[in-house]
Amino acid sequence: MGLGILFQGSNFERLLGGLGVTAEIAFVSVFFACILGVLLGIVMTSRNKIIRFWCRFYLEVVRIIPLLVLLFLVYFGFAKWFNAHLDGVLVCIVVFVFWGAAEMGDLVRGALTSIEKHQVEAAYALGLSKMQTFIYILLPQSLKRVTPGAINLFTRMVKTSSLAMLIGVLEVIKVGQQIIETSLFTDPSAALWIYGVIFVLYFVICYPLSLFSKYLESRWEN
Amino acid sequence: MGKLEIMALLEIKNLVKNYGEVTALNGIDLSVKKGEVVVILGPSGCGKSTLLRCINGLEEIKSGELTLQNYGKLGKDISWVEVRQHIGMVFQSYELFSHMSVIDNILLGPMKVQKRKREEVEKQADELLKRVGLYDRKNAYPRELSGGQKQRIAIVRSLCMNPEIMLFDEVTAALDPEMVREVLDVILNLAKEGMTMLIVTHEMGFARQVADRIVFMDKGEIIEQDIPEYFFTNPKTDRAKAFLNILNYESRGTDYEQNI
Repeated sequence: MGLGILFQGSNFERLLGGLGVTAEIAFVSVFFACILGVLLGIVMTSRNKIIRFWCRFYLEVVRIIPLLVLLFLVYFGFAKWFNAHLDGVLVCIVVFVFWGAAEMGDLVRGALTSIEKHQVEAAYALGLSKMQTFIYILLPQSLKRVTPGAINLFTRMVKTSSLAMLIGVLEVIKVGQQIIETSLFTDPSAALWIYGVIFVLYFVICYPLSLFSKYLESRWEN
Repeated sequence: MGKLEIMALLEIKNLVKNYGEVTALNGIDLSVKKGEVVVILGPSGCGKSTLLRCINGLEEIKSGELTLQNYGKLGKDISWVEVRQHIGMVFQSYELFSHMSVIDNILLGPMKVQKRKREEVEKQADELLKRVGLYDRKNAYPRELSGGQKQRIAIVRSLCMNPEIMLFDEVTAALDPEMVREVLDVILNLAKEGMTMLIVTHEMGFARQVADRIVFMDKGEIIEQDIPEYFFTNPKTDRAKAFLNILNYESRGTDYEQNI
């Protein structure tokens, strides 16, 4: 009874396996969203109206369409229109990168444009080229400002990866539900314990991110 | 003609600068000789700062020519990125890079732009820091410094590029009164050493002391140029007179009604 259910059969290994899938989706997405987001953020500071319009359009699309709809569109849409099956994990990663890059891009854009114009002018006045100014002045200064927002986005991506189960991915919550369902009659309190464990597992992934963010901020402060 | 003239180090010809419909600089002609200290005075909004920013390529100009001796026309014969290695500029708000220590601020330009060796630049930086009395703050961060200290570092940072001309854009305007002195002393010393400088300032006493020539501007034009002695005691134009009178309210007595 109680927590014991966790250690029946291979339940715990399966949960950890599910956690692995969750972590895979989250961290692969975060990694690419980060790189693409920084690039997008730089593009978004462009003065070209057409570029700015399309960036804006992309961002609004991501903001307005619920993530679940995007997941369904890609997963089922792809199957219907192209008659091909895409792996659920891959679909998740693609959609999450699509989402993360947009939000990260906006964060980076915000940070870049928040750097005082005079800092850039001072760099120019020293003879630095645009590229050098970007690398040595703008990027390091905006990195500091982007960190809190970025870490917030990353933890959201970790948590939102639970939507993956709706397109058949066996991530940690889905595995948890399977365990609960098999023991529904023998152990009615299983749900409490399993979800409790899942809560701890999510915490184990997200908390280090928060700590890392704090560490970075305090390091840049001194 | 026939008389041998020393060629100007910096020659500005018919410089025009617009902000949309507004004309900020309207046909500026100015030449600065090597070693000369030119102080630019004028009411706020007269275009003094804009002029300095144009000389350093921070503003796009509408027309006109700026020529630097031995290098040619700025922005044409020589790129702005290179111009700025010969013409240093110090800003009102210091603009030290907040994420770098004092020494890294100073080393950035010489090492990344001029590709000089760290040891050599650091030696020069140490010397300059000692001269402005801030050698002990070498590894401090900008936020740990007072305004006056920051501005002195900003001057050192610019000097370390070995510029031929220095531009000072109201460098004491953001400072507390007791810190103005320490910054002005640094500039006065530079003047003694023969640095060519263009200075925009509101410190009249300082202007008089440091300048070889005063340039008085109003509404985007140069109205009057003279040596400080004559400019301050006997300005030729009415606008310069009015400008100096506004500043000298004390000398007009204590009858405030009369002053209105």
